[in-house]
Amino acid sequence: MSEQMTGKVDVDLAQPSVLSRRGPLRYVMLLGGLAVAVLLPYWIYPPVAMDILCWGLFAISVDLLLGFTGLLSFGHAAFWGGSAYCTGLIATHWGVPFPVAVLGGAVFSMVIAWPIGYLSVRRTGIYFAMVTLAFAQMLYFIANQARALTGGENGLQGIPKSFFAIEPVETDSFYFYYVGAALILLGVLLAWRVVNSPFGRVLTAVRDNPARARALGYDVERYKIKAFVISAGLAGLAGGVFAISHQFASLQELMWTTSGKVVLVTVLGGIGTLWGGLAGAGVVVSLEDYLASSGFEGIGLITGTIFVLIVLLFRHGIWGTGRNVLRRYVLDRRRRTRD
Amino acid sequence: MSEFIQYTLQGLAAGGFYALSALGLAVIFGVLGVVNFSHGACYMLGAVISAVLLAELHVGFWVALLVVPILMYGFGVLMERLLVRWLLALDPLYNFLLTFGLTLILVEAVKQRYGVSGLPYEIPAGLGGQVTIGSVNLSVYAIFACVFSVVVCVGVGLALTRTRIGMIVRAATEAPERTRALGINVGRWVTPVFGFGIALAGLAGVLAAPTRAITAEMGSNFIIVLFAVVVIGGLGSILGAVVAGFLVGLVEAYGIAYAPTYAQIVIFVLMALVVLVRPSGLFGREEIA
Repeated sequence: MSEQMTGKVDVDLAQPSVLSRRGPLRYVMLLGGLAVAVLLPYWIYPPVAMDILCWGLFAISVDLLLGFTGLLSFGHAAFWGGSAYCTGLIATHWGVPFPVAVLGGAVFSMVIAWPIGYLSVRRTGIYFAMVTLAFAQMLYFIANQARALTGGENGLQGIPKSFFAIEPVETDSFYFYYVGAALILLGVLLAWRVVNSPFGRVLTAVRDNPARARALGYDVERYKIKAFVISAGLAGLAGGVFAISHQFASLQELMWTTSGKVVLVTVLGGIGTLWGGLAGAGVVVSLEDYLASSGFEGIGLITGTIFVLIVLLFRHGIWGTGRNVLRRYVLDRRRRTRD
Repeated sequence: MSEFIQYTLQGLAAGGFYALSALGLAVIFGVLGVVNFSHGACYMLGAVISAVLLAELHVGFWVALLVVPILMYGFGVLMERLLVRWLLALDPLYNFLLTFGLTLILVEAVKQRYGVSGLPYEIPAGLGGQVTIGSVNLSVYAIFACVFSVVVCVGVGLALTRTRIGMIVRAATEAPERTRALGINVGRWVTPVFGFGIALAGLAGVLAAPTRAITAEMGSNFIIVLFAVVVIGGLGSILGAVVAGFLVGLVEAYGIAYAPTYAQIVIFVLMALVVLVRPSGLFGREEIA
């Protein structure tokens, strides 16, 4: 098994981008993306828009591991849900403004991610997925048992949305969206910064050739653990905002189906593309919202089928496919201008 | 003491379900390099099919014990031919995700068709009641389930070690490249082995049907414990899967008996310890990292 030899996950990555680093098209896309983020709650119901951004950042946190470090975590619900509960508890008991509670939740996720990451990186490839999945399930059982703290099967209800006593944000989900979106974009920016830093370069080296990275003197396991903890922090940030937005944290957030769903969103967006997570979240969240509002009950049938189809036929995902098309067009044009 | 023996028996019976399924998971992984996420769903299907057979066709437990694995074999063959096959050349990750999607579909389909309340199934005649040995009361069905799964595991073990097909499967499990290099067509065995692994999960489902609640969700927790089993045993090892299956069954039963609050957490603590001390599993070989 080549996977056991090198210990890497060999995913179908899209071709690297052909856009120049400071080229105009990049800024156009960035501005376009920001415009979409600003206009989103005008087009769709604001809580759904908030869900899209939360799931987008959650998927980006998974992509940071899967696409940029070569580790498939199938237990990210632990950090999303763990932070949702912690954020909820901080907001309920201490009454702090919600961004503070969310940060507390994210820090909590990073704290629990360290031991889980420490143990999980001892296994590679598909084993890593199984081990993270099992640890996430362990957290699920703990949350289920600690009824006094988590409310057990009822979940944590009525989480306050306090924000410096600014009424519109606290009561109107439209204004809340913008504060929540700022937090999410902070997370996205952080992920982008990590990927494009020297640290991110080492992660990519670990993904592509761990043996060589080790030979060059990098402590591969330590880099993996660090990436795992950062990723958990981002997942926690997303989960915290999600919990505040819904004013509710439930066991659902810790379930393995949540871990699976975020991997679906990541693959649909495109592995190793970072921005793809937001695109994937847009599709999956609005589809689920549409199905739920149309009274369709078998959502699992649809998400399961989408999962099977994208894995079989659409492995580069939305962003990856778009990037490949753009690449072909740009290279073609360059060739023609040369001739 | 008598309670302890009862818990041990319950643990071994539950361990039998894990051991049978983990055995299926291990041979599939060995020959195809696929971690079948839908294994828990196949276990659930085995139980649901036997309940439906009983309710609608009045087919009893003993016939189901034979028919359901054959049906599940057919299901496994279809699954391999139609879906899994196309991703075999790629990273195992993709088949993991594919079978995850399939799990969602199967669970939801059963939920839509048969509801969430659970299907009825009774302990077959002759296996009900208790037997008293000395001062210990033991459930007859638990003894049967335990003995039956041990017999099947030993039978599969003998088939793997004493027959030519078994030898090829074992060789393909433990050193696929070398087996190919010796001129053996490993590809020919891919579909039957996949079907066989699924049939084992189905068989475990039939065995579990009389004692467990038969619902669409019964495989959800099962598959995760099963992953813990194969991580503990070492996925490349057939013996490891069986031994770890019974071990986890025992740990779970003692947990439920003596520390009910932590029962389900204990298994994962055990897994964490194994990963910490022996990352490749109790019976796994060292990985080259």
